[in-house]
Amino acid sequence: LPPQHNADPQKTAFLLRKQWTLYSVTPLYGFSNADLKHYARLLSAFTAAEKQKGLAVEVGVELDIKVTVSNVPDLKGSDRDQDAILVQLSLRSSASQKNSEDKLVWLGCFCCVFGDHLSENLPEDFTCLPLFLANGAEGYTSIVGSWFQKTFDCCFRRLAISPLNLSWMAAMWTGCQVDKTTSAMELVFSAPCLPYPLDISYAIHPEDAKALWDTVQKTPGEITQEEVDIFMDCLYSHFHRHFKIHLSATRLMKVSTAIASAHCDGIIKFLQSKYLAGVLMLLTELAISQIQ
Amino acid sequence: HLTTSLPLPSERDHLRPRIDMIVFMIDIKSKCSLKNVEASLSYVDASFFLGKVCFLVTGVGRVNYCSVDMNAIWKLGEAYCSPVLFCELELEGVRVATAQRLLRMLQICAGHVPGVSALSFGTLMRRSADD
Repeated sequence: LPPQHNADPQKTAFLLRKQWTLYSVTPLYGFSNADLKHYARLLSAFTAAEKQKGLAVEVGVELDIKVTVSNVPDLKGSDRDQDAILVQLSLRSSASQKNSEDKLVWLGCFCCVFGDHLSENLPEDFTCLPLFLANGAEGYTSIVGSWFQKTFDCCFRRLAISPLNLSWMAAMWTGCQVDKTTSAMELVFSAPCLPYPLDISYAIHPEDAKALWDTVQKTPGEITQEEVDIFMDCLYSHFHRHFKIHLSATRLMKVSTAIASAHCDGIIKFLQSKYLAGVLMLLTELAISQIQ
Repeated sequence: HLTTSLPLPSERDHLRPRIDMIVFMIDIKSKCSLKNVEASLSYVDASFFLGKVCFLVTGVGRVNYCSVDMNAIWKLGEAYCSPVLFCELELEGVRVATAQRLLRMLQICAGHVPGVSALSFGTLMRRSADD
């Protein structure tokens, strides 16, 4: 994984240690980086209107949501990528308490990290930001999503991560250098059983996992499907020796390492700023394949 | 005749009718099923690979549940000179169509279709898959 360079880690630190729900987004039509404040105002009005709908009128409660839309130039892969766009929703404190801070309730981030193969053939009016990360209540995600879909004629879809892609992540992230002693690598599988599916959690000491990966990987910096298969097969046969269960007949649902953790429903948590760009690059690629 | 792995138990050899075709089923959601098929292939007599074997890949409807790399399956088809078919078992229409297809292939393999041999049909299938 390429460690992040030229970027100020402080600017991207907001991504770390939060649970993000992932979406793929088709290119935005008519989006301009110069109009961000205008978009914030429009989105704010839209959000207020949506919140009013179906809300029973509560006396004395004012839901005043402040919307900020900003760009994050540090969050990209190459200069060919568009600047990432950050949308923040905060609950404005009531008028009487002027000194208290607004409470951040929802964060959404559009980004593109090394997304050349999607952006290179796009006409001028389209902005390519295929990966969307959302943190906060699903209700707000839905409102913000609807506004973007209506305004820029784009389409959001939950990004699913297949077991095949999860095993790639397991292999890739195991190979990363981490400074201090870290948490165990954990793989969670779903085994089809009647009447309820069984969840199996397999925890591996990170040094053992890395030692195994180091014997499998032939060329540093390059990973092949074959190497990933061998790595996973070793882990599966070790498990089978002890528990007589064939993990290869189950579905890999979640991978957690010191670098990041990923769930097949498209939920991710970044844990190391050093490898943030690398993980985002992989997710951008998954988002692009889901769009195409 | 359905079995979960090869070789077939030898005790029943004398009671078993002639085998005309072998369909290896691979569930794309289970790596284990691919491994099982790979292991079973070595028990099959070479003469079967002249058009009497095919691979049936199931579970392809749900891309997000994919645990098997498709390239590995294509390579298997190429290595054993046998066609690769796809089927989504949960959809009745596809299931019925696939069953009819397999039945037709079986008729050819058993020699019930005059003028078409298993080998010539197998070659035909492979060429159209490459296109």
